[in-house]
Amino acid sequence: MTLQIDKSTCALVGGVVALLVTATLTGWILSAVTPKDKARGTIQNLNARVKAWWMMVALFGVAMATGGIGSVVLFGFTSFLALREFITLTPTRRGDHRTLFWVFFVIVPLQYYLIAIKWYGLFAILIPVYAFLFVPIRSALAGDCEHFLERTAKIQWGLMICVYCVSYVPALLSLDIPGYAHQNGKLMFYFVLVAQISDVLQYAWGKTLGKRKILPRVSPNKTWAGFLGGILCATLIGMGLWWATPFTPWQSAGMSLAITLMGFGGGLVMSAIKRDRGVKDYGQMIEGHGGVLDRIDSLCFAAPVFFHLTRFYFT
Amino acid sequence: MIKQLVIMAAKLVSGSNIRWLGCAPIVRQRVYFANHTSNLDALVIWAALPPPIRDTTRPVAARDYWINSRVKLYLARQVFNAVLIERKKPTSHDNPLADMLQAMGQTHSLIIFPEGGRQADGELAPFKSGLFHLAKDRPEVEFVPVLVENLNRILPKGEFLPVPVLGSVTFGAPIKLEPGEPKNAFLERAQAAVKALNHL
Repeated sequence: MTLQIDKSTCALVGGVVALLVTATLTGWILSAVTPKDKARGTIQNLNARVKAWWMMVALFGVAMATGGIGSVVLFGFTSFLALREFITLTPTRRGDHRTLFWVFFVIVPLQYYLIAIKWYGLFAILIPVYAFLFVPIRSALAGDCEHFLERTAKIQWGLMICVYCVSYVPALLSLDIPGYAHQNGKLMFYFVLVAQISDVLQYAWGKTLGKRKILPRVSPNKTWAGFLGGILCATLIGMGLWWATPFTPWQSAGMSLAITLMGFGGGLVMSAIKRDRGVKDYGQMIEGHGGVLDRIDSLCFAAPVFFHLTRFYFT
Repeated sequence: MIKQLVIMAAKLVSGSNIRWLGCAPIVRQRVYFANHTSNLDALVIWAALPPPIRDTTRPVAARDYWINSRVKLYLARQVFNAVLIERKKPTSHDNPLADMLQAMGQTHSLIIFPEGGRQADGELAPFKSGLFHLAKDRPEVEFVPVLVENLNRILPKGEFLPVPVLGSVTFGAPIKLEPGEPKNAFLERAQAAVKALNHL
């Protein structure tokens, strides 16, 4: 895999760094001028989030700089950690032990190996077909029938969301888009940027103007103002980044809208699972954000849709 | 060097979320008593302690399990300085209580598993009386309840390959033997203290 670093790549990276510098400075000023009261907790959380963002951007930058393979490794580890959080919350039984061993140590690396060698025909079906059938067979061999369907379904679901869906992010590097050779790194950057900035903007709009909650029982933090403001602004930002993509401005707006809407849906579904299991976050790995899965819930749902839309219309 | 690797591996495999809820991690003589669901328990609790406490804390473990291979024996002796006790046939010469008291001396803390063996289903079994005798002989020592969670899912009894589920170690508020408290009452209270950490 070779990725070309050109002017527009530098512009994208520079833009993100400028954004983070602004956010860091804003956070400092806010924490200096805010008196000690309720709002202080929010600002501390905001600063922790910004700090974690620096880390994540740095990691992502290193992954991109290694010419693609680093991204595959990065998202492979992300999948592993996310699946770990997911399975921890899922009450599996003793009979699932060997199945889980296969899932963690064979299926996850295999999926990312297939991504690295760009074997579309197999990475697109490895988990929905082969792992889907293998998981229940291996669990049945362990001989424990209690809650069998439930246990199997949960492992399959974890694999689909945390591994299959996430692997579509580095899979963007394997698309052959006419007139866009060696530039796929920018496409991946664009996707992650739009999905994540939509989360940030929904959070920002929700915290400042948000009053009416959309679905308080599923996600207490999602408000109409956050939803509309976040989606609209992120779509506009995505539209403004068309020069880094193979899309025209309007196509880029449509793609960004698809990414942000799927991302919103992902956040909602993953919240519903957390509420059902009675927890607030999937983990504590990323300060201010919660677990890995809390950070990538929107990516999970948006990545396969973005990949297939691009593949269908642009290759 | 090997010690550091083992500690890192224990933390990595268990992904442990370590919480001190009822007491602070300070150096003083304590008996940490925990539920027992996996062979990783002693290692993970020991690795979860901050270095100065870890250096003076010795896990108490079953001799029959730890001496049957050279690697295990090396780990028990050289790495975590375990107190190996006879659990099957204690005699007056081979008395686990005397071994534990001797191992503590005036400086060392212990990690013990008063259920006496691993519980496959993760439920707490009744505590054996060793805990009570320790408390009676060393009333000034703090007895800290510890709850380890999910380690039986990482490495269940009878398996040898671990699965990387996230574990957790929770340290609760110390308990002390009340003057004149009967054995069963103390053991039940100790068991309840471990169980109570489940909902925090």
